[in-house]
Amino acid sequence: MAVEMLSYIDRQSPIHRLTGVTKLICFMIWSSIAMLTYDTRILVCLFLFSIFVFIISKVKLKEVAFVLLFILFFLMINNVAIYVFSPQEGVKIYGTSHVLFEIGGRYTITIEQLFYQMNVTLKYFTVIPAAILFIVTTNPSEFAASLNRIGVSYRISYAVALALRYIPDIQRDFRNISLSQQARGIDMSRKEKLTKRIKNAASIIVPLILSSLDKIEVISNAMELRGFGKNKKRSWYRARPFQKIDVITIILFVLILLVSFYVTLHDGNRFYNPF
Amino acid sequence: MKKPVIQFENYSFQYRSQAKPTLNDINLTIYEGEKVLIVGPSGSGKSTLGHCINGLVPFSYKGEVSGRLKISGEDVRELDIFSLSKKVGTVLQDPDGQFIGLTVAEDIAFALENDYTPQTQMFNKVAEVSKMVEMENFLDSSLHHLSGGQKQRVSLAGVMVDDVEILLFDEPLANLDPATGKYAIELIERIQQETKKTVVIIEHRLEDVLHCPVDRIIVVDDGRIISDMTPDELLASPILEECSIREPLYVKAAKYAGCAITSDMYPARIDSFQVDDCKDKLADWFIKVNGPQPKVKTETILELNNIDFGYTSGKRTICGVSFSIEKGEMVSIVGKNGAGKSTLSKLICGFEKPSSGRIYYRGLDITEDTIKDRASRIGIVMQNPNQMISKQMIYDEVALGLILRGVPEAEIKDRVFKTLKICGLYPFRNWPISALSFGQKKRVTIASILVLEPEVIILDEPTAGQDFRHYTEIMEFLVELNRQGVTIIMITHDMHLMLEYTPRAIVIAGGTKLADDTAVNVLADSSIINEANLKETSLFELALRAGISEPKEFVDRFIAYDREVRQKWQ
Repeated sequence: MAVEMLSYIDRQSPIHRLTGVTKLICFMIWSSIAMLTYDTRILVCLFLFSIFVFIISKVKLKEVAFVLLFILFFLMINNVAIYVFSPQEGVKIYGTSHVLFEIGGRYTITIEQLFYQMNVTLKYFTVIPAAILFIVTTNPSEFAASLNRIGVSYRISYAVALALRYIPDIQRDFRNISLSQQARGIDMSRKEKLTKRIKNAASIIVPLILSSLDKIEVISNAMELRGFGKNKKRSWYRARPFQKIDVITIILFVLILLVSFYVTLHDGNRFYNPF
Repeated sequence: MKKPVIQFENYSFQYRSQAKPTLNDINLTIYEGEKVLIVGPSGSGKSTLGHCINGLVPFSYKGEVSGRLKISGEDVRELDIFSLSKKVGTVLQDPDGQFIGLTVAEDIAFALENDYTPQTQMFNKVAEVSKMVEMENFLDSSLHHLSGGQKQRVSLAGVMVDDVEILLFDEPLANLDPATGKYAIELIERIQQETKKTVVIIEHRLEDVLHCPVDRIIVVDDGRIISDMTPDELLASPILEECSIREPLYVKAAKYAGCAITSDMYPARIDSFQVDDCKDKLADWFIKVNGPQPKVKTETILELNNIDFGYTSGKRTICGVSFSIEKGEMVSIVGKNGAGKSTLSKLICGFEKPSSGRIYYRGLDITEDTIKDRASRIGIVMQNPNQMISKQMIYDEVALGLILRGVPEAEIKDRVFKTLKICGLYPFRNWPISALSFGQKKRVTIASILVLEPEVIILDEPTAGQDFRHYTEIMEFLVELNRQGVTIIMITHDMHLMLEYTPRAIVIAGGTKLADDTAVNVLADSSIINEANLKETSLFELALRAGISEPKEFVDRFIAYDREVRQKWQ
């Protein structure tokens, strides 16, 4: 309805055509590269590549804007925190110190620190679009089939798929409950004190949990009545065989992985040092 | 001799958490190819009986079983829930909650997947079954975009892929609008005709189920089987009234008129019902009883002026709706599932902002007011009480709105106690909410809104899933509130509720206002009935067949009389 974040968006695009397994493997490769390397050159390449993938997926920026802003907000907090707790981290890493401004003691701003924090930000930027894309372009049922194929037990796979499927439902419930509690006078806006707001949030969470528990009971009965959990194995209606494009994509990503590892570890340091 | 497929022998069951057995000494045999209806008030044990047949009892809901239950000759104790699910296919109430897959095809295939059926075989079977329920063109549609009737068809298909012997329907009509409910009953009939499967329906909307023939009706009350007879025999007996199950309205009317109903009159369906012998009595009764008191006009309290709204830009959910509500009115908003009824209520409460149009409260423009500002004038009670309750104790829950508004403690106590008394909850004031029944919880949510002293209350499906007794209780309670001056707006698809309690009905279809008239006139207009998925009332037909010249007036008088009678047994 009004807000449905992070639910599957059905489009016709090459990204949607990939099987869930391929996307899962690629996503895992992608995030391990981004986690490992601080090499600016690689991060920039990955970032540009992820923008390219985002464009061909035909997902509109508007559709994921809210989540994106939400994550960016945390990224900002993260950046401020790094500066507050470790303002000379960059100097330590790159071994030189080019001072930009003098602000008493350790809070002096250096180019190294800015460069370091830019790298951290870039890491976020490479992973975030990929993660969002993975969620919104993978049909939950097909994703479950994929997880099952790479060896995860089908019970767990199905639980994950159901969780993904219920994201929009829970958002809708949350909205309804929150509105009706606001009507009773619960103020969740900034006018209220933070401690009070946290307390108030409980009066939305409790009914949300209770009504979700109701739902869980119904769905688990329905599943059991239709034989879920009977056999050791189950087949999947939505399972899709690997196609050429899947193999090509995986090979491409493995290549990217190897190249980035080579470039990153070539000089024995995870950081690229321009200074 | 027919083959028995379900045999209860001296069967009793007690849930682990309950002090008393829910089912007591049940003896019941259902034969192959039969169509059996199980009726009973809430808490009678009829759902538990259904759970016994499909295996949820005792495999999911644990408890103590005594006696014997055989399903197609095999003792249930020697089976498990999975082998039972191959014999008994269950369609639960509320199709939304039981969908597992994302698309039609996946959901139908769910049972096959669990059987580790190869994919190609699954495709074939799904195609075959979907054709049977006429859903073959929707295989890739998302379940959330289907209409209520289509959802029902998908859930039926989902259990039919298993080639089960018994189809069990647990309250298939709850949450369906009247026309869709009628269609669902016809679908069950057709599938049974084609496949000759045994069909068991658990439902308390008796008249709606009897739209298609049923072999036997089992009445359950207090964990025991009260009666087991054909519909004609049952309707001729006083059993339904004793168990407070609503009789078909035409039967009730004939009984009020003093006609002796016998099974030879075929009372099971209005079209087969022989009214010739009681024509005179009905006509006499019609002259004797009074109609409802006409309401006096008062001032306008709420006015919607040309409201437009859409959740996403470009797609309008509500277009150009205008109406006004008078102080002290009781109005229902009706229409098919997804017509925009709930959206309209959200707009009135300020949960959503209209894209154009104004809302006035006592002549004051409140379109820009916040939710909180409006809440002190207009309260909303949601359909599912669990979505509103956030405290453990009744007193705290009702007091919440006042505490948040900073009302002094002494006044809070006064107002909460007063409200609890009005709602009949005062004796329970120190109880935990979890100990209450569904209907009582509903009252708690109404109380928690009422305590804020709004002048208008909007209720979303106030009686959904309630049996006749609770229905009467809740509705009479609302009438009492209404008498004290609270304006009440109800969103419902229960046609009888609308006829019985709200003199005026606003019909919404496809986001526009289709009609705004007296409830009786709405139900007398066949074009409105068709467009808004409503259903005519059997009282009209009875009046016509009995040769009464003013059928609408007959309906009005019946309702006024019926309510008076029921107020006595409250």
